[in-house]
Amino acid sequence: MTTLSDPPKPGFRPSQLIYDTRYRSMTIQTVAFILLMAAIFWLVSNTIENLNALGKDFNFGFLGQPAGYDINQRLIEYDSQASHGRAALVGILNTLLVAVLGCVAATIVGVIAGVLRLSKNWIVSRLMSVYVEGFRNVPLLLWIVLIFAVFNESTPQPRDFRGEDPAASMIFGDTVAITNRGTYVPEPLFSNGLGDVDVKPGWIFSDLYFAISIDLAAIVLTIIASILLIRLINQRAHRIQDATGVRPTTWWVNLLVFFVPVGLLLWYLGFHLGYPELQGFNFSGGTHIRNSLMALWLALTLYTGAFIAEIVRGGILAINKGQTEAAFALGLRPSKTMNLVILPQAMRVIIPPLISQYLNLTKNSSLAIAVGYMDVRATLGGITINQTGRELEGMLLLGLFYLILSLLISGGMNIYNNSVKLKER
Amino acid sequence: MKKSVILGALTVAGLAAGAASAATLDDVRARGKLNCGVTTGLTGFAAPDANGVWEGFDVGMCRAVAAAVLGDATAVEFVPTTGQTRFTALASGEVDMLARNTTWTFSRDVDLKFEFTGVNYYDGQGFIVPRSLGVSSAKDLDGATVCIQTGTTTELNLADFFRANNISYEPVPIETNAEGQQLYLAGSCDTYTTDASGLAATRATFENPGDHVILPEIISKEPLGPLVRHGDNEWGDIVRWTLNALVTAEELGVTSANVAELAAGPTGNPEVNRLLGTEGELGAMLGLEADWAVKAIAAGGNYGELFETNIGENTPIGLARGLNAQWTEGGLIYSPPFR
Repeated sequence: MTTLSDPPKPGFRPSQLIYDTRYRSMTIQTVAFILLMAAIFWLVSNTIENLNALGKDFNFGFLGQPAGYDINQRLIEYDSQASHGRAALVGILNTLLVAVLGCVAATIVGVIAGVLRLSKNWIVSRLMSVYVEGFRNVPLLLWIVLIFAVFNESTPQPRDFRGEDPAASMIFGDTVAITNRGTYVPEPLFSNGLGDVDVKPGWIFSDLYFAISIDLAAIVLTIIASILLIRLINQRAHRIQDATGVRPTTWWVNLLVFFVPVGLLLWYLGFHLGYPELQGFNFSGGTHIRNSLMALWLALTLYTGAFIAEIVRGGILAINKGQTEAAFALGLRPSKTMNLVILPQAMRVIIPPLISQYLNLTKNSSLAIAVGYMDVRATLGGITINQTGRELEGMLLLGLFYLILSLLISGGMNIYNNSVKLKER
Repeated sequence: MKKSVILGALTVAGLAAGAASAATLDDVRARGKLNCGVTTGLTGFAAPDANGVWEGFDVGMCRAVAAAVLGDATAVEFVPTTGQTRFTALASGEVDMLARNTTWTFSRDVDLKFEFTGVNYYDGQGFIVPRSLGVSSAKDLDGATVCIQTGTTTELNLADFFRANNISYEPVPIETNAEGQQLYLAGSCDTYTTDASGLAATRATFENPGDHVILPEIISKEPLGPLVRHGDNEWGDIVRWTLNALVTAEELGVTSANVAELAAGPTGNPEVNRLLGTEGELGAMLGLEADWAVKAIAAGGNYGELFETNIGENTPIGLARGLNAQWTEGGLIYSPPFR
């Protein structure tokens, strides 16, 4: 039976570009690509034309000029004679500081609130609902400004601490002063300090130089070494337990291993605390945690924490109830069930949306300008642009910084996600 | 879908970038309104009154230009700008001119590509402190916390002053004058620093102005004046000569009260005649009506009247003319001749 007709001639007609599904997608893509290129070309040429009309050029030379302005919170050495590039670096570090503090605190707050919102205790779960809904549904800027205003208006001025019968006094045995300019806490000092090492990789960027405290590096290394040693001790305990069924007592050894080396090192370095003291207009000595940082940190934490709480709650609810019942059947108490059975599995659901919350928090930190926190948006993206008139260059650099930072966070969290996600073999 | 969104965004960005064009005068006429950049609120210089109508010394400058160009002193759209947004607003064409306590400096004129059209207030940077602090000189401010508006020349002067005197301070950056006032009154800063005129204007709004003193040191020169974009010299001329017309009017005794009468016919003074357009072609040379200066003066009065009604000694702000007196009275206010 040969009822099949001949296949159609494979000739190509232009109408096929539109009507033939084999070619249509390619046509659409080509047209879209041309339009996109045309738009980019137009945008770039428009920018160049407008820059020419204004008589402005496009260069990044301003980064090497003296900045001329002061920055209150600086994690690295900076003064008003340093360059705009250096000022940007100070801002970048301030952004990173508040982002890291915020991410850590928001995770803690979020996990606690998320778990508690599922609590069987009616009051606790309702309170958490109020917290989540209250913070999630009010703009972040309002919270930042509100918290800053509360800090400023409700705390005493430094001059209130003065006199025979002061209106305000320091707390915790005269070691901590809470003022409307920030909180002053004791700072760690070393009387036999080992000094600093100056690092100056000038080949990257001439403004990139900083000092690393050898004391701090030594302490961190000691703690890491102690933790590694504790892991070895625990592994040995596991081996003995597996072999003999009796686990040797390790807790006091672990405590000794953790605290004795650090303690000895601190004693050798001559560790002592420097207390804040009222001197002139302000407190001097101690570490000054500015209200702008506290307000920004607290607002970012509570706001993002509310979102994380919902993510955690969703993650927990995503775990089959059978898991809980199985854990209970094994005799695990509710807290152990949560920590050992539910949360590790819920992490797989929680991590991906958590990444985007970390990104949000980092980008939201650019609202710092509302309370005068000198982040990179305020230094490079604010004062530098304003003093030099380099809006385009400054904004491009700023965008590039946030882009790179977000990609780094997202990349790092994806690596972590791959390590906890369900392994399919 | 994704691509179309991107294309849409590009189009919008491109259109916005294309807005700044050369012939500002034509744009203003076509729009029927002058877009004038002012502060976000500094009593006496530019602030909305109880009815939301902007008034003040800088506002008077905007109104005079609007009157000269459009014949209507109310045809002004006031765009509040902060120290940080003002230059972008002007460079992008969002406003046609800035009258916003802006200091004329070399880099702003040359590098930022703006054209300062004169000085309407000779100012200097000062400090205000609570009287109870017992500070009598800015050099006593070692270790003080200082509130400072970001993106201003005062910020740079402050850094220079403390550096030159080898004393330390803690800057608290703020965005607007209102914010600075609030932080200063809450005691979050020991002192607030900005142009002395701005300090006087701010102090006037305090509950107890007498509890605060402005320190005697003036640490900088701050010639404040209106500015426009580089590249449109005709528009720059209009703003410059409107200001000069107000100054000359004061010098020649032309006020908002007698301007109509003087403009009715040629007077005995040829310079008054040229200024008011009853003689010569000065208006046409600017591309404006012959009576442009009459309208500008009628809008809010001459320079002296603007000063007295907004910031003068009979207002709560109470600034003396000082450097801002006419040159004939020992001040620096001086207009080139109308000829």
